[in-house]
Amino acid sequence: MSTLERPLIRHETGRVAPLTRAAQPGWRVFVSRQFASRVGGLGLGALTLLLTLLLPLLVIALAMRAYPLLQNTSLSNVFGMTWNPAQGAFGLMPFIIGSLAVTLLALIVAIPLSVGSAIYLVQYLRERQRSRIRPFIELLAGVPSVVYGAWGVLVIVPAVRGLALATGAEQTTGYSILSGALVLALMVTPFMIALMEEVMRAVPNGVSDAAICLGATRWEVVRDVLFRRARGGLIAATGLGFARAFGETLAVLMVIGNVAKVPASPFDPAYPLPALIANNFGEMMSVPLYDAALMSAALILLIVVLAFNLGSRMVVRQVAQHG
Amino acid sequence: MDKLIDLRQNPALQARIAQRRARRKFQARIAHGVLLTMLGIVILGLFGILAVLIVKGAPSLSLEVLTQPPKGGYYAGGKGGILNAIEGSLLLALGGTLIALLLGLPLALYLNAYADRSRVAGFVRLTMDVLWGVPSLIYGAFAFSLMLFVGLKASLLAGIVTLGLVELPILARGMDEVLRLSPRELVHGALAMGATRLELIPLLIRQALPGLITALLLAFGRGIGDAAAVLFTAGYTDRLPSGLLQPVASLPLAVFFQLNTPYAASQARAYAAALVLTGLVFGASLLGRLVARVTGRYVVR
Repeated sequence: MSTLERPLIRHETGRVAPLTRAAQPGWRVFVSRQFASRVGGLGLGALTLLLTLLLPLLVIALAMRAYPLLQNTSLSNVFGMTWNPAQGAFGLMPFIIGSLAVTLLALIVAIPLSVGSAIYLVQYLRERQRSRIRPFIELLAGVPSVVYGAWGVLVIVPAVRGLALATGAEQTTGYSILSGALVLALMVTPFMIALMEEVMRAVPNGVSDAAICLGATRWEVVRDVLFRRARGGLIAATGLGFARAFGETLAVLMVIGNVAKVPASPFDPAYPLPALIANNFGEMMSVPLYDAALMSAALILLIVVLAFNLGSRMVVRQVAQHG
Repeated sequence: MDKLIDLRQNPALQARIAQRRARRKFQARIAHGVLLTMLGIVILGLFGILAVLIVKGAPSLSLEVLTQPPKGGYYAGGKGGILNAIEGSLLLALGGTLIALLLGLPLALYLNAYADRSRVAGFVRLTMDVLWGVPSLIYGAFAFSLMLFVGLKASLLAGIVTLGLVELPILARGMDEVLRLSPRELVHGALAMGATRLELIPLLIRQALPGLITALLLAFGRGIGDAAAVLFTAGYTDRLPSGLLQPVASLPLAVFFQLNTPYAASQARAYAAALVLTGLVFGASLLGRLVARVTGRYVVR
């Protein structure tokens, strides 16, 4: 009997196992493999499409719960400046402004940190060194938000208080927009570094090699080639960082003071949207329309985050594909 | 030609060239320093957080804290520990990860075995990316509305479902990315030998196993560290978890609540809880790397 005529035995096949049970005789009697594959594809495809419905479902559910507020009060009430649920005043504007202020300030700190780090990783380090540093950044990205908050209470808040007193503030607790922004900045930076690194690595090597051949210094390559080619992607990564920071809840809530007033300086406390929702969820059933107001806040939050995410993701995708 | 040579030997021009070269070099050096500083700040930030956690948390991290639920007057500095939160968090995150795995793995497999590079796949990937960006607080609010709808109280079950939703996009996209890295030749070879698309699945799983496990543990780490999603859905209790329909404590909320008490002893234990939580997250991450290395031998490179 030649090797070809008898079935292969285990030591001849090595590690290669039969692909599936469907490939073995006996199963074929009941369903053809093609049929099984088609049914499997239909099932998996249906599940996949069902899961994508989660996104519209989120929006619809929140909108339905927020609707009673619009039905019973005016839009100018909802976007007004006074928040006094007991009196039926549900002005969300102070919270929106608080959210925007802390997020933008956080980005001002986070952008140079993340752009600088990502450039250094991409342009100044070799793959070996890069892969030694990357785990640290991944760990930093994995630190739970409440831990950032606890660290902020212990380190950032006293530091900001000291800074405020040194610059002539009369009295301050240190729980302020600046504290929130610093904590947020450290939180979103590793996230933004990862995105920016991906975007900049999509720039073809040939382009920067050509610049080096013409005698450009590394910095000139970064400034005139890398930046120019990756500009869209960098902006998109910043947009994703904005969305991440805008929706961050507990870490900010713990250090920002939570006072529903429009802040006048970075040393003032503020009350961002997520903090409003998290702090008042427990008692929202007690006052009429209170829950609808909180859900409106959640809906505004979701819409802003979705808009930034959609826009930025589309750009990142374009850039990653076409360089 | 003579003119050119003259120009090159012109001392004034040479000086200008040298000057310019020096300036560019100087600029490059400054830029190098600034960029390195940025990276250094970020890395130092990590060690700063770890150092503070260890210095503040380790002294109050005793066996009692780890092995006992809170006793009477715990939040005023009384006896007991955070076992309720440790057990609760593990149950929540394990359950959430299981749900995310059961939904997310089939999704990732479908994208890579059936719909690869199609428009459907692009659409699904975009949706999952966007879902990844939705704040966990929103998932919490959404799940809370669902709970009102079906009449479910804050409980372990509700918390698990919510965390499952939070982890789903992280896990699905993570797994999708590693599956996508498997060599095209492998898939083409299998198809050429007559394998159906369904039969690609075990092949893909075996090829991408290390990455799949890393993605799974990453999602677990996200789940266990998330506070905003379980805030309204899982509740909080000083008792040990006792059933799917009972509220459970969780570590992030244990940190949060203990830090909010005015007692120093309780605040110190908040840092101990934060240390335990961070340890669990980092442990999951390290375990992921380790398992990835062990299972890596089945991978075709």
